[in-house]
Amino acid sequence: MNSGRVVVTGLGTVNALGHNVEEFWSALIAGRSGIRTVSHFDASKLPCKVASEIVGFDPSPYMDAKEVGRTDPYVQYAVAAAKMAIKDAQLSISDAESERCGVLIGTGIGGMQNIQEQSFKLFSKGPKYISPFMIPSIICNMASGTVAIALGMRGPSFGIVSACSSGSHAIGEAYRCLQCGDADVMVAGGTEAAVQILAFSGFCSMKALSTHFNDCPEKASRPFDAQRDGFVMGEGAGVLVLETLEHAQKRGAHIYCELTGYAASCDAFHITRPEPSGRALISCFKTLLEKSKTPVDAVDYINAHGTSTHYNDLLETQAIKAVFGEHSKHLNISSIKSMLGHLLGAAGAVEAVATVKTLETGIIPPTINYEHPDPECDLNYTPNKAVKRDVEVAISDNLGFGGQNSALLFRKLGQG
Amino acid sequence: MAENTSNNASDLSIREQVKNVITEVLGVKPEQVTNEASFKDDLGADSLDQVELVMKLEEVFKEKINGEISEKDAEQLTTVGSVIKYIENGGKLA
Repeated sequence: MNSGRVVVTGLGTVNALGHNVEEFWSALIAGRSGIRTVSHFDASKLPCKVASEIVGFDPSPYMDAKEVGRTDPYVQYAVAAAKMAIKDAQLSISDAESERCGVLIGTGIGGMQNIQEQSFKLFSKGPKYISPFMIPSIICNMASGTVAIALGMRGPSFGIVSACSSGSHAIGEAYRCLQCGDADVMVAGGTEAAVQILAFSGFCSMKALSTHFNDCPEKASRPFDAQRDGFVMGEGAGVLVLETLEHAQKRGAHIYCELTGYAASCDAFHITRPEPSGRALISCFKTLLEKSKTPVDAVDYINAHGTSTHYNDLLETQAIKAVFGEHSKHLNISSIKSMLGHLLGAAGAVEAVATVKTLETGIIPPTINYEHPDPECDLNYTPNKAVKRDVEVAISDNLGFGGQNSALLFRKLGQG
Repeated sequence: MAENTSNNASDLSIREQVKNVITEVLGVKPEQVTNEASFKDDLGADSLDQVELVMKLEEVFKEKINGEISEKDAEQLTTVGSVIKYIENGGKLA
């Protein structure tokens, strides 16, 4: 019998702060920044020169050399994080079970490095030199597709795309697949590898990136701080193994926590700017609490989207106040983007990994670079130093270009 | 005699170059790349790998084969040895 309850049993990540969950988590709770001067390309002519880059990642433990050669880094990160998560979950899938296991890994942009390289080849050498691997490298469903091949999972699998909200939308939709009985196991998360000059220049043109901290990169991402001036691009992947409670218990799996809610909404307002009243984000939070039957004062922690842009941090703060009222003062809020930058389509997924670790350890990672309080952002953002708090219930929310919002609610596994 | 030696040297070089291209494109071990090895059956090349291999061969041996490898010719090039012979023949099937 399926009770509709869903649990988290495995975690994996690759990002600038760590090439596995332990490295990532110890950097976060130490308040260490992974943001540096851009090294993937020459950013000297661009107004922003900082990013959160993966340096020295070796895909060979996760993929053979041939596969590495024919995939974009956005897929490689996903395969690495997924294999880590499966190993962490100590899960082995028999052929008979494979149809009950699925993969949903979101991305905001897809295979940016290949889009850029092949475009260059098109204009410098001509169309007949375009690689036959370009299309399979760039399409946004290929992280899910390649992970499904690598893990032999034949259940539901497709791409989830909602810009910076893709990771949490993917985890949420995977949760639904489990709840409604379409699968017993879902490998879910997000991946991105867009720190490439084409995408980077595009975000620069939008004036979305931080430009005043090029000389001190680790200060550039400062969510909720009065001097915040834009986000910092990052790359990587985060993956969770989700299972029905019954499946996890039957195999005696280690259970991190329960995923008890998912909600999604859309601003229907502007292609990039969040809607000023926060109406859709407020309804997203309210639906989340309602669906997971959680009173506002039961929530201990919000792992915020907190991009370090003026509008996002302001409107997110206002929405939290509107939903949680008096209790908003008692919440711990933090944005790990202060350390990791903004991983776009992977953001929600690595933030979910961090949120699960918070429930497990009772440690809330800080919002670093919180130095100048903004009178309009006046909640407890867990400034600068990690804090201990026995967190029973935590929310992770994300907002994507297109006005697409999503939120997840995790709680410690209760009885009954 | 002198001419023969130089021909042999360049034959060897084509063979080696072809094997290097195959090793690189297909991500296989050099010792797997024998003359008899079939791209599909022995070296695990799928249809996309085969397209990429032809593109790479055209790039490396552009001058020797006088332009490009036609699709019809490419269909016949199923083993390592057949490619070596094709390049040695100046881009003609034997």
